[in-house]
Amino acid sequence: MENKKKVLLKVENVGVSMNDKSLVKGVSFEVKQGEIVTLIGPNGSGKSTTAKIALGIYKKIDGKVKTYTNKIGYVPQKISIDWTLPIRVSDFMTLTEELTQDQINIALNLTGVEHLKNKSLSNLSGGEFQRVLIARAISKQPELLVLDEPVQGVDFKGEIALYELIKKISEKMKCGILLISHDLHVVMSATDYVLCLNGHVCCSGTPHRVVQDSKYKELFGDRASNILSLYEHKHDHTHSPDGTIDQK
Amino acid sequence: MLDDFFIRALLAGIGIALITGPIGCFVIWRRLSFFAGTLAHSALLGVTMALVFELNIALSVFLISAVIAIFLLQLQTKTNLPNDALLGLLAHSSLAIGLVIIGFLTTIRFDVMGLLFGDILAVSKNDLLLIWGGGLFILIILKIIWKPLFASTINYDLAKAEGMNPDRYNAIFTILMAAIIAISIKIVGLLLITGMLIIPAALARNISNNPIQMALLSTIGGLLSILIGLFSSLEFNTASGPSIITAALLLFLISLIKTKKFSELKK
Repeated sequence: MENKKKVLLKVENVGVSMNDKSLVKGVSFEVKQGEIVTLIGPNGSGKSTTAKIALGIYKKIDGKVKTYTNKIGYVPQKISIDWTLPIRVSDFMTLTEELTQDQINIALNLTGVEHLKNKSLSNLSGGEFQRVLIARAISKQPELLVLDEPVQGVDFKGEIALYELIKKISEKMKCGILLISHDLHVVMSATDYVLCLNGHVCCSGTPHRVVQDSKYKELFGDRASNILSLYEHKHDHTHSPDGTIDQK
Repeated sequence: MLDDFFIRALLAGIGIALITGPIGCFVIWRRLSFFAGTLAHSALLGVTMALVFELNIALSVFLISAVIAIFLLQLQTKTNLPNDALLGLLAHSSLAIGLVIIGFLTTIRFDVMGLLFGDILAVSKNDLLLIWGGGLFILIILKIIWKPLFASTINYDLAKAEGMNPDRYNAIFTILMAAIIAISIKIVGLLLITGMLIIPAALARNISNNPIQMALLSTIGGLLSILIGLFSSLEFNTASGPSIITAALLLFLISLIKTKKFSELKK
């Protein structure tokens, strides 16, 4: 059954460099229909970069990216909108897709911000804006969702609700999700496949199959590995403080 | 009717306001005011080239603007200088080269003032055809690319990720800007066309809360500036371009008073 799911995104051995410095390299994975693939890793480990590579945002990359759908919804990690631009939430919702008022209302309702529909984007709080970003990404009924830390700045209660929503969407709409998250609880409970990045793929696997891993522990600390007693695989290298890789 | 120079000037001005209204909004949103200014400065070089090689003035201005835009992109990849420095460099050097070449054209009678500040008397039937024909073309293109261009303006990454091809639309918009400058320097003048792009859009920003509304109000503001400017230019015998821009500034100041009232009401 697993094999019958449509592959939506296939990333093969990709990497990108800026000013001769490698940001990330040698990353391979695929996202299938109804599947959540999560990227984890410390700050600066190349998670967002990997997502951007997968989305075709960089002009020069190493490796190959194949996308098998053009219905993509993206929630970027950082979005710097020029706040001098007059734009309401409803205008922002239809940025890349024509939507009916009903579709806009439903999407905003799902993320709990329907009441903000006619508000100016510049008047929203960080958490409210984040909810609008998620609503916009799901409103176009995408086949592939790329969520880069989608719940940043959202209050604790909202965070859990939004993650439940994301999980529900992947099941209901049968879309594939590439998720970047710092919330290891969520990652391990809701994800089908995890890639742990640190400039390259440190370890990867399905959380339910692979158990606790020394490399993961090294990256996230002992407390993180207590969260999930079920994540492990073998590591053949360590990272020195300057980021270079020491083979064991 | 078209034999009356003032009717021709009015029709030309109205045509220009209809184009600069929405395009000016994008110039503000994309922070391209200085870039528009650079293209306008390079128009003088375009005009002198037209005189030297006996080309159509609008076509020559358009081509020079396009060359300047491409040259800018090249410079950006070759140096670490900030964008505003590069724009200043291109604006003033192309203006200087244009003026130097004019010095050599001793046999051609040439109204530099008219070129810099616009000449109400100079609008011919052919100019009208160019403004309205070219203007309609620009507006149709803008209507077609509005959505992807707007998405690319809001956020490059989002537009690119969701299949909008922002690079293409950024390039098309640059071409539209070159075209608008080419067809409107005659009535507003090359030193003031940037004002016509920016000031109506700026006043519209003060009194609008969504993009479509801003584009409409910007167009209305532009039309009013043209009407007030041209009639007072006739009345007081002043140059058409400066009169139009002064009228636009007055409208901008009025829009400021209004926003102050709005914000007081909100409190």
